[in-house]
Parts: sequence; structure tokens; C-alpha cells
Amino acid sequence: MTDIDEGGGTNPPAVASTATDGDAGWFAGVTDDTDPELAANRVQTGSASAPRDWPSIAVNEGIVDSQTAYYDRLHVVTTAATRSAVRERERADDQQLVHAVRAMDDCERLANELAERVAAWAGSRFPSSSPGIAGARALATEDPTDELDRRVVSLATRVSEIADERDALEATIEQTAPAVAPNLAAMAGATLAARLIALAGGLGSLAKKPAGTVQVLGAEDALFAHLAGRAPSPKHGVIYTHEFVRGTRPDDRGSAARALAGKLALAARVDHYSGVYRESLHDDLRDRMATIRARAREDGKNSESDESDENGENSEETRGGHDE
Amino acid sequence: MSDPTLPTGVERRAFDGTSRLATRGPPVYGEATDGEWRAWDPTRSKLGGMLELGVETGFTGGETVLYLGAAAGTTVSHVADFAGPTYAVEFAPRPARDLVAAAEPRERLFPLLKDARRPRTYAHVVESDVDVIVQDVATRGQATVANRNAAFLADDGRLVLAIKARSEDVTADPETVYADVLAELETTYEVLETTPLDRFHADHLGVVATPR
Repeated sequence: MTDIDEGGGTNPPAVASTATDGDAGWFAGVTDDTDPELAANRVQTGSASAPRDWPSIAVNEGIVDSQTAYYDRLHVVTTAATRSAVRERERADDQQLVHAVRAMDDCERLANELAERVAAWAGSRFPSSSPGIAGARALATEDPTDELDRRVVSLATRVSEIADERDALEATIEQTAPAVAPNLAAMAGATLAARLIALAGGLGSLAKKPAGTVQVLGAEDALFAHLAGRAPSPKHGVIYTHEFVRGTRPDDRGSAARALAGKLALAARVDHYSGVYRESLHDDLRDRMATIRARAREDGKNSESDESDENGENSEETRGGHDE
Repeated sequence: MSDPTLPTGVERRAFDGTSRLATRGPPVYGEATDGEWRAWDPTRSKLGGMLELGVETGFTGGETVLYLGAAAGTTVSHVADFAGPTYAVEFAPRPARDLVAAAEPRERLFPLLKDARRPRTYAHVVESDVDVIVQDVATRGQATVANRNAAFLADDGRLVLAIKARSEDVTADPETVYADVLAELETTYEVLETTPLDRFHADHLGVVATPR
């Protein structure tokens, strides 16, 4: 049986588990049912490089007497494992998510900063070294010969570890965000959802913000410059990273950001006050985005100008929730 | 009143005078019941819709099944009612709580809180050579998920997939999305049948495929 290809772990983010993927079943090392937690833990955290005929293997290894007994046991263990995993994930609250996303951003900034220092230093000692985190990771595998080399390689190792921690934090956010805010995470993606919650100071405060505020969260400098009369109103804050905004042509980005912010605000409210995933919310946004993007195609066809509903007029906070 | 195209254990029965698909098992989501039979709503279940439309899913009853995207267990509970051992994979904790509740009274339904995009995290639990993979995941990259999970499927097994066009790309025409997803699927599977599910689910395409 060939190993399962997970696409090199590029999407979703890699978790450092692939190296330990073995070829043993969940029941390996769980010889009797006196410790149900151990088996449940194996189900939840274990992995294998490829599936095998586990029922027959368990019978052959004498773990259970028959396939019927195997399935009976599997039912008990998987329901227990999933129930406790659900409980654990649901206990994750918005403040934990806020800590995680801030820690992730800190790790990213720190890793990049240190990687620059490593590159500057290493350039004078290791002629083949390359810049960035990838360069630091490569350097970390070098064998240092003297004290100064040792310091450079050691620093590169720290960079690599901090970058690993950043990736692990991102994986954690990917896992916990859907539990904390199912609609917001589905709409914005886990990381952006966590960032919005962090900027607002919590899911409860985000739920109380008007859509116009959600739209410019993360663009406070530009917003205050605008309010002081020194600048045009910002079209978007951190929601710029969302594909619906970034992937829309510049002329329509104001509209796209406004529509997205409106639905994100609703999603945050549903998540905070009910916590149930609501499909219609997501369908509404998709339809709205399709309409906005269709404008670009129409303009391409008849280059007559539009009906003046475009960028620039997205200013005030009352706008947004009910975008046509 | 059994229907030759339906798997054993799935029947058309009258509920309040209308003939509807039904399976035998404990109720899960407030569906209509008649004794131990419970109605299977094709508008709430893509697989239910496919059976209602007469799609040859390859199900005859008693199969080993891997179900990806089990959500709260609406569909997978019906599958477990007529199939054999059924592994139900769901990523989001909130619906998985309801999935556990649906699995509790079903001895051959195994709920797993796992990400279908990362099959290695459940390859130590789900057995090889399952007869059917049912996939209903609402994420981008639906073909990638199916391809990565092909390792679980028997050589003569069936992949039963509902492609949701709007999850891939809202701005593209659904037909274009279907063509792209099918092209990617064909690197691993041979597509046997495609059926638009629009009567029950807008912008969804039902696909039955077998490994190459």
C-alpha cells in the first residue's frame, strides 16, 4: 500500500506530525480495556502513513477475539475520543484565540527580524548562505567548526524553532477558531477571524461593533487621519487579506470590503449569541460577491461608466449591514 | 414496497400520504417517523437526493463506508442504518457534538473529529479497502480531498461525491467549476456518472466514480 500524499502539508499548514507517522493501528500498545483514555487518546492524536486492514490485524495480534468484538470496541473508543475532543475544543474561548493569534504574529515578526540578523552575519562566514527564514533553516543544519560559527548556527537554529512555533500556532488557530466562532471562521478563514476578534478585544465586543467599524479594523491610523480631515476614508483594514477584497479589481474593492464587512459583522453576532453555523449567511455573501465581480465583466463589454455607486462613499459607520 | 434501485434497508414508505425514502433506526434530527422507520429528507441530504433521483450509487446495503464531511450526522445516520461499519469524519467541533449523539445508539457508526484534508491523521483508525467513500465537504479543493482519500477505497469501490460549485469559486459559472473538479478527479478516479442535484440542492453536481 502506498503512503497517503497530503500535498507536502502546504495546504493546510504543516503540523510536525508527519515525521512520526508509523504503520501501527490505533490499538497498538493498548492491550486491554482497563484504560479507555489511552485508546481514545491514540485515536485522537495518532496517525499512520497508510490505512491497513485493521480489523484483521487486531484479531491476528490477539487484541480482540473477533471482528465483531473489534467493531464493538472501536465504537466505544471512537465515541469516547470524539466526545472528549469536542468538549476540549469547545472549551477553547475567544481570549485563548486572541492570545494565540498575537503570539503567532510576535513569532513571525521575531523570526523575520532574527533571520535578517543571521543573514547579515552568516554572509561573512558561510559563502553559500541565503537570506530569509529558509536561509536560516538551511544554516541550522551546518556543522560549526569554531566558536563564532557556533554562535551563528545556534542563532539560526533559534530562528528555525521560532518559525516552527509560528506554524504550530497557526495550526492551533485553524483548529480552535471554528469552535469559538464557526460562522466567522468559515467566512473569513481561521487566521483572519482570530485577528478580527483580537482587534476588537473579544468575540463579544466584535459582535457589538457596527459593520463600518469591522470594515476598517486594523486601519485605525488611516481612519483617525480621515476623521481629522487629513485623508480620504480607508476602504478596508485587516479584511484586505480576504480573497473577496484582494481578488476584486481596485475600482470595486470599496464595495467588496463593505459587503464582506457587513456579513462578517452578522457572522460575529450569530457566533456570539447563538453559536450555530448558518449556511444562508454564507450563500448571501457569495451571491453579493458574484454581483460585484460581474461589474468588472460588464464594464469590459460596454465601457460605459457605472451608476456612481462606487468607492469613496463607503465612509460612515451606519453603512454596511444591509448592503442593497 | 422495495425498489430494485435502492440499497437493501432503504425503502419508499408513506408518511402522511406521501411516499418518501426511509431507513430503520433511532431518529436524529426531528424527522418524520413511522414505527421504527424514519423519513430521509432529500432536500437536507445530498446522498438522499441522489437516491431519490435514481443515481446508481453502488450501494446495495451492508457496505463498509468512509463518510467525509459528516457534519451533524443527518445523512451519515441514514447510511449507518443500512450500511455496515461506517466511519464518519467531521472537522468542526459544534456539529461533531451532534454527530456523537447520532452515533451513540448506532453500534457500527464511528465518529471521528478529523480534517478530511489530512487523511494520515485517521489512517490508523479507518480500515483499508472500504467499499464506498461518500464525500460532502464544503471547502475549496473538493477534488484534492477525494484524491487524497483514495488510498482507503477498494479497487472496485465507489466514490459518491456531491460537488458544491459555490464552495470552489462563487464568481465562476458552475459548469466551469464542475469541469475543473472533474478533470482533477480523473487523475485518480474514473467518473461513472454525473447528475445535477438542482431539484434538491442548487449548484450541486452528484458524481459517482471508481478508482483507476
